[in-house]
Amino acid sequence: MKHLLSTVDLSTQDIVEMLETADHMAEINSRPQPKVPALRGKTIASVFFEDSTRTRLSFETSAKRLSAEVLTFIASSSSVNKGESLRDTVETLTAMGVDAFVIRHKSSGTALQITQWTDAAVINAGDGWHQHPTQALLDAFTITRSFGEKSTMQGRTIAIVGDIKHSRVARSNIDVFTRLGAKVIVVAPDSLLPHPMEQWPVEVCGHIDDVVAKVDVLYMLRMQRERMGTASIPDVAQYNKQFALTPERAELMAPHALLMHPGPMNRGVEMQVDPSDVPGSRILQQVTNGIAVRMAVLFSILGNGSSAVLQGGQA
Amino acid sequence: MSANEKSIVIKGGTVINRDGSVIADVLVIGGVIAEVGENLNGDLVLGATGCFVSSGFVDLHTHLREPGKEEAETILTGSHAAAKGGYTAVVAMPNTDPSQDSVAVVQFVRERGRISGFCDVEPSGCITIGRHGQQLVPFADLAAQGVRIFTDDGRGVQDENVMRAALEISGLIGITLAQHCEVESRTDGAVMHEGECCSAMGVPGWPSIAEEEMLRRDIELVRQTGAPMHFLHLSTQGSVDLVRSAKAEGLAVTAEVTPHHLALIDELLSGFDSVFKVNPPLRRPSDIEALKQGLIDGTIDAVATDHAPHAPHTKEQPLDEAPPGMLGLETALAVVNTALSLDPRRIVEVMSWNPARIAGIADRHGRPIAVGEPAHLAVWDTTTVWQVSKNNLASKSKNTPYHGMEVRGRVRHTLFGGKVVVEEGKLIS
Repeated sequence: MKHLLSTVDLSTQDIVEMLETADHMAEINSRPQPKVPALRGKTIASVFFEDSTRTRLSFETSAKRLSAEVLTFIASSSSVNKGESLRDTVETLTAMGVDAFVIRHKSSGTALQITQWTDAAVINAGDGWHQHPTQALLDAFTITRSFGEKSTMQGRTIAIVGDIKHSRVARSNIDVFTRLGAKVIVVAPDSLLPHPMEQWPVEVCGHIDDVVAKVDVLYMLRMQRERMGTASIPDVAQYNKQFALTPERAELMAPHALLMHPGPMNRGVEMQVDPSDVPGSRILQQVTNGIAVRMAVLFSILGNGSSAVLQGGQA
Repeated sequence: MSANEKSIVIKGGTVINRDGSVIADVLVIGGVIAEVGENLNGDLVLGATGCFVSSGFVDLHTHLREPGKEEAETILTGSHAAAKGGYTAVVAMPNTDPSQDSVAVVQFVRERGRISGFCDVEPSGCITIGRHGQQLVPFADLAAQGVRIFTDDGRGVQDENVMRAALEISGLIGITLAQHCEVESRTDGAVMHEGECCSAMGVPGWPSIAEEEMLRRDIELVRQTGAPMHFLHLSTQGSVDLVRSAKAEGLAVTAEVTPHHLALIDELLSGFDSVFKVNPPLRRPSDIEALKQGLIDGTIDAVATDHAPHAPHTKEQPLDEAPPGMLGLETALAVVNTALSLDPRRIVEVMSWNPARIAGIADRHGRPIAVGEPAHLAVWDTTTVWQVSKNNLASKSKNTPYHGMEVRGRVRHTLFGGKVVVEEGKLIS
């Protein structure tokens, strides 16, 4: 695998193998000194044109645990402010000797786009509304491992609630979840659904109350505050009435059901319940698993193909 | 003897006129057609065996980018591209900087075209000052400069009252308004056709209804005012239906389609390549079929290129930031001829006669091939297969969506005012 641009580029077998590699990484992370020399000598540029807390730190932590060097590029403090183009930025970093780009950008398609300007590997850390493949992998890891599975979500029903239209997480997760056998229900007002979506492999539901008691996973998306009070969400109170997770609704979840959220959460908006009060919450586990999964992705792309190096001692 | 008086003979082609086609030689002397007949001789012989000889093509929709964006195209380089495409007249779209809303800018564009000398450059005028959709331009002053077609192209006139006022004036002074149909409240940030492909890619969509709503509104305004109106770059099945029924009703409407809307579909954007980003966007196969049918049955009057050069660094931006538009002049005939099988006479009708009439220049262009007529001529075939390369274009920009594609039909020679500007597909400077 040269790049990770979209979940669509991964075969189902690739996904299953990536999750297995992540199991190895999780084991490394459980050690007293969670670091291996697997990517020693490799340089990874972490290039974020859009704000991020967990994804950037997660990738950088993953890289460091594999002993790679990390160059951190934050657009807001870079020559982008002097008008430097995306191409020039990528070519400049490439000239410094970078083995992989981890890129986050507000525009859909940018991860694919920059592959034409660099020989380095490109890992999509979120592009516009399009894709966020490592999020889908870490979510699949979290769900399968929570249910004691290795390679399937067969028989599971997952509701994804919130702004589907503008969500790269939804697009990536729906692809991965359904290919692993899950049934996905999207729960959103019409104005927050993409149009058309006849070809999406999902059911559509207009009210969280219709799904909350019957799903195995309740996956809440962040309500993007900037969309409130616009044509997308004319009435926030009405939205919350139909789509927010309240303590009362959380009570209705099946005992085995998981509560997930990609973060950052909007407490008091879509998350009116404190997730620490929900026994099935995996929201912090998602963050922990994110490190293992991103280590697996970096290793799969930049490693020498032998997993023996993962068994090695401290770096 | 000046160059103009040298005699040129176009030999052995099929001469297309409204009243029929005939294999004949065409003799040109002093910028006009001197004779049409058999076994003619001249100082310069242009081979035309297996080719059609027609009046030069007329493009209703060319962005020449000068003044303001000379990095992308100039009137000279755009004229080169036009000549290579068989065009002897182009209507220069007004979204320059400054825009073509004043006598000074219109005069500048026309003069630069005249100096370039590869085709007639007919400036269009804006409908509103700065294309802001509010204050009408001085129509009469611009009409006095020979401007016959007015449009805010790149934008539609959003305010119905403004459009109605413009139509009332245009009807009085005998000019034609041309609308870029787009209800902007429905296309905010739009990147491509709103369909399954767009939905999966996660980009804002440009729904067909945004075009059709303005078209419907404007047809009603034509009904009310009686003023003629031209509709630019139709892209949807619904638009074809609307124009067809307006014409059946006898309303004074005309419409154009671009080669790319006849040939390319929205799925080409799935690789996020901005060379396929255009406004209105590439749409579905069902739209293409409707547009082809409209072009065949006369609902659509003209093929117009919407030639829209953009400098490489602007097209290299992310898809949502890259400007819309693609090159068209040098590939128009081939793309149309490859996309659908049109009778050669219909090709001349939609690429020369009709656009000349809509542009208000039928006194000079789209003329019969007959003695005494100006020698604005195109010699072309519908059979030569060639591969488009962005590196072989005369345009200053390279944003052709057909790069690497095989197409059929080529322009062999172009004569502008009796001067050979393209010979055997090559520019003659």
